[in-house]
Amino acid sequence: MAVLVFIEQRDGQIRSVSREALGEAARLVAAGLEGPVMGVCAAASDPGLAGLGEAGAKEVMLATHEAFARYEPTGYAQAVAAAVEKVKPSAVLFAGSSMGRDLAPRVAARLGVGLATDCVALAVEGSRLVATRPVYAGKATQKVGFTRAPAMVSLRPKVFAPHGGNGGPATVTALPFPYDPAAVKARVVEIKATSAGKADLTEAEIIVSGGRGLKGPEHFDLVEGLALALGGTVGASRAVVDAGWRPHADQVGQTGKTVSPKLYVAVAISGAIQHLAGMSSSRCIVAINKDPEAPIFKVADYGIVGDAFEVVPALTEAIRKLNAQG
Amino acid sequence: MLQVVCVKQVADTETRVKVGADGKTLDPAGVTWILNPYDEFALEQALRIKEAQGSGEVVAMTLGGPQVQSTLRNALAMGADRAVHLRTDAIQPDPWVVAQALAAELRALAPQLVWFGKQAVDDDQAQVGPMVAELLSLPCVTVVAKMELEGDKATVEREIEAGREVYEVQLPAVLAADKGLNEPRYASLKGIMAAKKKPMEEKPVTLGEPALEVLAMSLPSGRAAGRIVGQGASAVPELVRLLREEAKVI
Repeated sequence: MAVLVFIEQRDGQIRSVSREALGEAARLVAAGLEGPVMGVCAAASDPGLAGLGEAGAKEVMLATHEAFARYEPTGYAQAVAAAVEKVKPSAVLFAGSSMGRDLAPRVAARLGVGLATDCVALAVEGSRLVATRPVYAGKATQKVGFTRAPAMVSLRPKVFAPHGGNGGPATVTALPFPYDPAAVKARVVEIKATSAGKADLTEAEIIVSGGRGLKGPEHFDLVEGLALALGGTVGASRAVVDAGWRPHADQVGQTGKTVSPKLYVAVAISGAIQHLAGMSSSRCIVAINKDPEAPIFKVADYGIVGDAFEVVPALTEAIRKLNAQG
Repeated sequence: MLQVVCVKQVADTETRVKVGADGKTLDPAGVTWILNPYDEFALEQALRIKEAQGSGEVVAMTLGGPQVQSTLRNALAMGADRAVHLRTDAIQPDPWVVAQALAAELRALAPQLVWFGKQAVDDDQAQVGPMVAELLSLPCVTVVAKMELEGDKATVEREIEAGREVYEVQLPAVLAADKGLNEPRYASLKGIMAAKKKPMEEKPVTLGEPALEVLAMSLPSGRAAGRIVGQGASAVPELVRLLREEAKVI
């Protein structure tokens, strides 16, 4: 038995969402699931897995193949399934990243077990794992149990804390797995970076979103300027995405992304129910809107009633001054 | 070319969610039911492929009780040629048992493309598409933001963190559509009239043993009421102070 964590790497870098998953795995073992915490990683070469001892892993199984320099769903699924068959874990944890959300259902189907995606809390009740996950884009949450082992879950990024452990290095072992690269019928041939260097909305600490009150796409420079000053990522309401002002990747809310940053600034967004569903779990919400009756103020910790064209430049300037003071 | 679009009936995104009497599912009272928004992008892409090729067939398929036929009619009104209704009275079946039932039917149809939305906007599980692909041993790309077809090969872009993965895919394949893939058409009056006469096949199905058990559904505790810091740009210094000293987020 073990609690198994899929360790995600891109370009040979272990992603922080996997440390979050390892941290939660360690907590589950402390709460009564049978350990140890083990990892499984698919990569072209070892991305420094021994270092994950600090993150809570006892042992990490490494499946290597030259095709694994990029995400390769078929081979990755085969590797994780092989690891599950080898160690017979009680639970398998994935990060709810774009890779984890793609890979986990494939592995679950191979094993014929249940999967709960995008979980925001896990608990051990009796000896069973119980997962809490948002539904209806966060308008409600459900608690889910699993009818057979292993229980499989993916974890929403930025919700679970990494392990603050001081364990020694993890043991890294080679994982044999069946793989025929010639049989792969869908492969990644290129990766296009659309916003290099910027955190994705789902993993951002700070988000500044703009809405229809900005009157036109050319005024998004206000939002971008504030996001730059705060070191944040730009988001958008559905209205402006549907109007073609911003790409869909920027959309926050139902039919967009559900986000939980530490600071969410809503600029000229009235707060349709679909938008509120997607951002209400943010730690701190600031709303700037002309209309004092706008629904966004009902979820905001701090609101300024005023014209975004006056308030946002003043706020950006104030943040810049603060940054300059260090 | 035969394409099957797997669709789901969901509560309108305008819905104010209430928990039903069982404490586990949505209270259906007053809910407007719609075709899952992501499925519209899938269906639109299938229709465009058929139109570009000048031939072929687009089948809309779903699973559920008698009420889901209205959603299949919506798909027919948009332009699907026929519909398959896998009939079950199971309440909220989990993704794994749904995937098994769909895969069994799809195996018999052997389409070149199987389409899904990237997720249903009710349970947000985002599982059934890739699970069906595994069951059918077909290649699969999820969160499809762009797709170009050439013969029996497709070039497909998948939205990832801060970028896109570009896939080369050999058909037959399973694709799960994201918003932004295209601009779905509205059903025309003519389409709505025609949909009434299009074939809808109802097939009873027996689902497998559940892999998940929903124990409870609840509404999140509302956020504590915030405060209006002030009016206009003059409120900015106080906001910055609060963000630093009280919320400690900057």
